[in-house]
Amino acid sequence: MSGMNRQGRPSSIETAVNDIEFSATHETFTGNRGLRLEEPLIYELDNPGACGVDLDEPDAFEPRLGGFERKGAIGLASLSEPDVMRHFVRLSRKNYSIDAGLYPLGSCTMKHNPRLNEKMARLPGFADVHPLQPQQTVEGAIELMAQLSHWLMELTGMQAVAMSPKAGAHGELCGMMAIRAALEARGEGASRTRVLVPESAHGTNPATAALIGYKVDEIPVKSNGRVDTEAFKAKLGPDVAAIMLTNPNTCGLFESDIIEIAAAVHEAGGYFYCDGANFNAIVGRVRPGDLGVDAMHINLHKTFSTPHGGGGPGAGPVVLSAALAPFAPRPYLVQTEEGARLIETAEASAADGTTPFGRMTAFHGQMGMYVRAFAYMLSHGSNGLRQVAEDAVLNANYVLASLRDELSAPFEGPCMHEALFDDRFLKGTGVETLDFAKAMIDEGYHPMTMYFPLVVHGAMLIEPTETESKQTLDQFIATLRDLARAAKANDISRFTGAPHYAPRHRLDETGAARNPVLRWQPTVPLKVAE
Amino acid sequence: MRYLPLTDNDRRDMLGVIGATLPGVTSVDDLFRDVPKAARLEALVDLPRRKGELDVERHLSALAAKNVAADSVPFFVGGGAYRHHVPATVDHLIQRSEFLTSYTPYQPEITQGTLQYLFEFQTMVAQLTGMEVANASMYDGSTGCGEAVLMAHRVTKRRKAILSGTLHPQYREAVENLSGFAGDKVVSLPSALPGKTEDIISLIDDATSCVVVQCPSFFGELIDMRVIADAAHAKGALLIAVFTEVMSLGLITPPGEMGADIVVGEGQSLGNPLNFGGPYVGLFATRQKYVRQMPGRLCGETVDAAGKRGYVLTLSTREQHIRREKATSNICTNSGLCCLAFTIHLALLGEEGFRRLARINHAHAVQLAGLLGAVPGVEILNGSFFNEFTLRLPKPSAGVVDALVGKNVLGGIPVSRLIPGHADAENLLLVASTEINTDQDCETFAAALAEVL
Amino acid sequence: MSDILYTDQHEWVQVDGDVATIGITDYAQEQLGDVVYVELPAIGKKLALGDEAAVVESVKAASEVYSPVSGTVVEVNDDLEGAPGSINEDAMGSGWFLKLELSDESELDNLMDEAAYKSFLASLG
Repeated sequence: MSGMNRQGRPSSIETAVNDIEFSATHETFTGNRGLRLEEPLIYELDNPGACGVDLDEPDAFEPRLGGFERKGAIGLASLSEPDVMRHFVRLSRKNYSIDAGLYPLGSCTMKHNPRLNEKMARLPGFADVHPLQPQQTVEGAIELMAQLSHWLMELTGMQAVAMSPKAGAHGELCGMMAIRAALEARGEGASRTRVLVPESAHGTNPATAALIGYKVDEIPVKSNGRVDTEAFKAKLGPDVAAIMLTNPNTCGLFESDIIEIAAAVHEAGGYFYCDGANFNAIVGRVRPGDLGVDAMHINLHKTFSTPHGGGGPGAGPVVLSAALAPFAPRPYLVQTEEGARLIETAEASAADGTTPFGRMTAFHGQMGMYVRAFAYMLSHGSNGLRQVAEDAVLNANYVLASLRDELSAPFEGPCMHEALFDDRFLKGTGVETLDFAKAMIDEGYHPMTMYFPLVVHGAMLIEPTETESKQTLDQFIATLRDLARAAKANDISRFTGAPHYAPRHRLDETGAARNPVLRWQPTVPLKVAE
Repeated sequence: MRYLPLTDNDRRDMLGVIGATLPGVTSVDDLFRDVPKAARLEALVDLPRRKGELDVERHLSALAAKNVAADSVPFFVGGGAYRHHVPATVDHLIQRSEFLTSYTPYQPEITQGTLQYLFEFQTMVAQLTGMEVANASMYDGSTGCGEAVLMAHRVTKRRKAILSGTLHPQYREAVENLSGFAGDKVVSLPSALPGKTEDIISLIDDATSCVVVQCPSFFGELIDMRVIADAAHAKGALLIAVFTEVMSLGLITPPGEMGADIVVGEGQSLGNPLNFGGPYVGLFATRQKYVRQMPGRLCGETVDAAGKRGYVLTLSTREQHIRREKATSNICTNSGLCCLAFTIHLALLGEEGFRRLARINHAHAVQLAGLLGAVPGVEILNGSFFNEFTLRLPKPSAGVVDALVGKNVLGGIPVSRLIPGHADAENLLLVASTEINTDQDCETFAAALAEVL
Repeated sequence: MSDILYTDQHEWVQVDGDVATIGITDYAQEQLGDVVYVELPAIGKKLALGDEAAVVESVKAASEVYSPVSGTVVEVNDDLEGAPGSINEDAMGSGWFLKLELSDESELDNLMDEAAYKSFLASLG
C-alpha cells in the first residue's frame, strides 16, 4: 500500500502514477487483472465425483432398451452447482450488452429489451404448455397468436400472416415459397425463374432465392443509394418471379420509387418481396401494404424488441398480401365461432378449402418470442409504436448531422433509422474502418456494422435506435469525433493495436479457419465402447 | 412512454441540429419526406394506445390463465417436445444482461463469453452424439433435419433422400417442403408402426444421397441403424440419424457409434421449457471431413495478438453474408440463448447426473408401460423404448385423449393428430414419461384411462 | 518468366507443351488477404473456357477461379489443402492450383503477356 495513506487516498499523485504504471505492465500470477478474470473451459474445471444436481438412482427394474445400452464414458465434466454458477457468471462478464451500453450495430436494431417481456414469457400458461396438448387446453395460447397476428396485419396493412418461421431468414424463405406456390398455382412456376435483388441487399436475400432454385439477378444501386429504377425495369420480363427489396434499404434510406417499383413488378406478372429487417424505422407511420408489398418478414427481435440472446432465438412471421394469403404454410389460424383454431395437417386444410404449401417447421413457431413481442406491442400501443419510428429516425439523423463534417457520409440525408458513413475521411491516415471500429471498443462502445452494405467503400453503419437518450448520443458523437481527429492527426497507436482494454486483443481468424479447432479434446482419449 | 428516453425538449434541440445541415428540415415529418405522400399514415393505426406494466400483465395473464399448464396436471405428452425439470440456476444465468442482450459475437474481443459457451456447447453435442464436430445450433430439430438433407446432397452430389416411415411426421413434412422447393427428390416410406420392420435398405440405390432414420423413432422404438448405415455406405449414400429426445443419449448407443454421417436432433429437453413449441434448439453434428459443407454458425479456438487462447466464429465463408447465393444455407442466426440454457443444464448434470437422469426417465417409462399395459384392452406395441412408447387402444385415441382432459390428465398424443386418415393409426396413443411424473401421476393416468375406455 | 500469360481476372497460365499450369497472381492474393482454404476440381474433369475451376477462400471472402482456357484437369496441387498460406507466400510458384491438358491452344492468344498485365494493373490504380 505504498503511496496511499490509511484512508486509501494517494499520499502523492506522483507515487500513485508510478503505481498505476506498474499495475498496467506487470503480469499477475493468475493471469487475472482485478475484475477482468480469465476463465478456463468447463472441461478444465472437471472435478470427478462432483455433481450439480441431486438425483436418486431408480429402484432396480428391467430395462427395455433392446440391447442398445450406451457403453463407455460420454466425457462430460462434473461440477457442483456453485462452480457451474461461477463459470457462467465469469463468462458473461466478457460480453458487451445493450443493457450495459450503446450497441449501434446498423441493420441489427439493438434496442432496449424490457424485462416485463421476459416475465410474461415465463408465465406457466405460456412457457409450460406443450405444442401437442389438445387444443381445448391451449385456447389462451392460440388466442395470443391470433391477437399478435391481428396487430401485425394492422401495422403492415396486409391480409394474412404466416406465424411459424423461426427467424428472419426463415421468414424470407417462407415468403419466397409462398410466391413460388402462387406462381405454380397459375401455371407459371416453371417459366418464372429469375429473382431480382439489389446489390445492396442482405446476403440472406440471394441465398434464400438460390436455395429454392431461383436465378439471382442483381440490380444496380444509383449514386443516391437507391435502386436504379430504370435498370430494374429493363430487367423485368416474363421470366421474373419476384423482386426482393429491403425498405428502408440497407443504406438506411427510404426507397422513394417503391410504389412505382411495386407497380412495375406486378404489371410484369411478378411479386414484391420486401425484406422487413428495417421495419423499425416506419412502424406506425408507413404500412408496407400501402406500398404494394406482397410478402414481408418481420424480425420480432428487431422491431419488437425480443432479446438477441447472443445470436438467437429469433422469430420471423411473414405478412402476406391478398394475392398470396391463400399460399401460407401450415399450421395457420382460422377464426371460428368458438375462437381461433390451428389448422395443422393437409387433411384439415383440404376440409376448409385452402391451399397451404406445406410446413416450415415442426409445431407452430416461436411462441416464447410471440409473448415477448406482444408484451412490447401492448406496452407501446398505436401511439407509442409511431413514436418508436419517429425517435429511431430522429436519433439516426442527429448522429448523421453531428458527424458528417468530421466523418464522411456517402449520401444526402435525411436518413431513416440508421446513419451510413464511408471511409473517405480515413484516406491517407493509415487507419482503416476495422481499426476505427476496434478503437471504439477501447472507448467502451460496441462498434457499428462495418463493411456493409457492400456498395459503400469501408462502410460504417450506425443504428442508435429509439431507446438511446440525447445525452448518450452526445457522448457517443463526441467520442467518434475525437477518434476521427486522432486518425487524421496520425495518432495511429490508438487504432492499429486496438482494442487494448478488452478481455482479448484481436484474434487470429486466419489461424482459426486454416486449422479449425471446433471442440475441446481430452488429452487422454476416452475409453471407447467395446 | 417508459421505453423512450427523448423528451420534447430533446427532440426540438435535435431537430435544430439536423436542420442546420439539412435545409428544409424543421419537423419529424420532414425526416420522412422520401416516403411517397400516398403512403404516409396521417392518423394512428387502429389499435389500442399504450399501456402501463400493470395493464399489460393483466392482459397477458388472462390469456395465460386459459391454458392448462403442464405442471398443473398429470402430464404425459411427448412427440418431439418433453417436459423435464430445469434447475433454477439455468433460468437465472440466461437472464443475465450480458447473455440476454448481447448480439451475435461478430466482435470477438468483447464477446468471449458467448463464444466460449458456444465452443463448450459444440463439444457437448459432439460427445453426446458420438460425432467429431457439431455446429453452434440450428433453429430446432425439424429445420435442422431439412438442412441435413441439403448438406448430404452437397456432400454426395446426389439429390435423392429416403425418409424412414418412423421419422416424426412434422419433421418429415418440413423436409419434404424444403426439398420440394429446392427441386430435390424425397422418397418417404409409409408409417411403420412399432414391431413392424420397414424395408428401407432395398430402396437405396446409386442415386440416393441419404437415408434419414430416427432413433428412438417417432413411436418410441429403438432402431438398429448399423445395418442401414452399412447399406447406405455401400451405395455411397450417407446416414442421417435423427432424435427428438436428447435425454435418450444418456442411456442408448449414440448415433456416431451406429455409423451415422450426420446427426440432427432436438435439444429442448435440456434447459428449455415447452414454450408451446418454440423457441427450441436444433443440434447438428457430423464428421470432421464434411465440416465445410455444414450449415450454420461454427465457433473455433484460436489465439489473440498477445498469444492468449480465445474463440471466434469461423469458416464463415460458407455463410450467406459472404457467399450470398452460393452459401451452404440462408441461415444467419442460431438459437443462442437456448443453447446457453442447454449448456448450463448439461454442465449441472455432468457425466453422472446426465446418465442417471436418463436412467430415471427410462425407469419411469418402464413403470408406466407396466401400469398402462395392465389396463384391459390396452396393448403396448413397442419391443423397446426409452421414455416414450405407443399404445393401441380399443377405440379411437383422439376421443380418449379428450375424455382424459375431462379427468384432468394430459394423456399423450393421438397418433391420428399427426398422421390423419390412416385406419391403422386411428387407435394409437403416443405416451411419454420423464422424471417429472410421480408414482401417483402414473396411477392416476392408468385409472383414468381404464375409466374412459 | 516471360512465358507466363495472364487474364484480367488475375489468373496466370504457364504453358509447357500441351499442359497449362494455372494459379492466381500476386496481385490477386494480396487483394484476397490470408487464404484459408482452396477447393480444387477432380482430376479428369473437363473445363471449358470460363468454367468455375476452383474456389479460393480467405477469412472474409470466397472467390471463384474461372478457367482461363479449355482443357482436362490432369493434376491439382494437393499441398494447398494443408498449406493454403503458400498462395500468399508464393502465388506464382508453389501456390499453383491445377494443371490442364489444353484442348484449344488458340485460346492462349487472348491472354496478356507480362507487360500487358502490368499496364492492366497500373490502369486499376
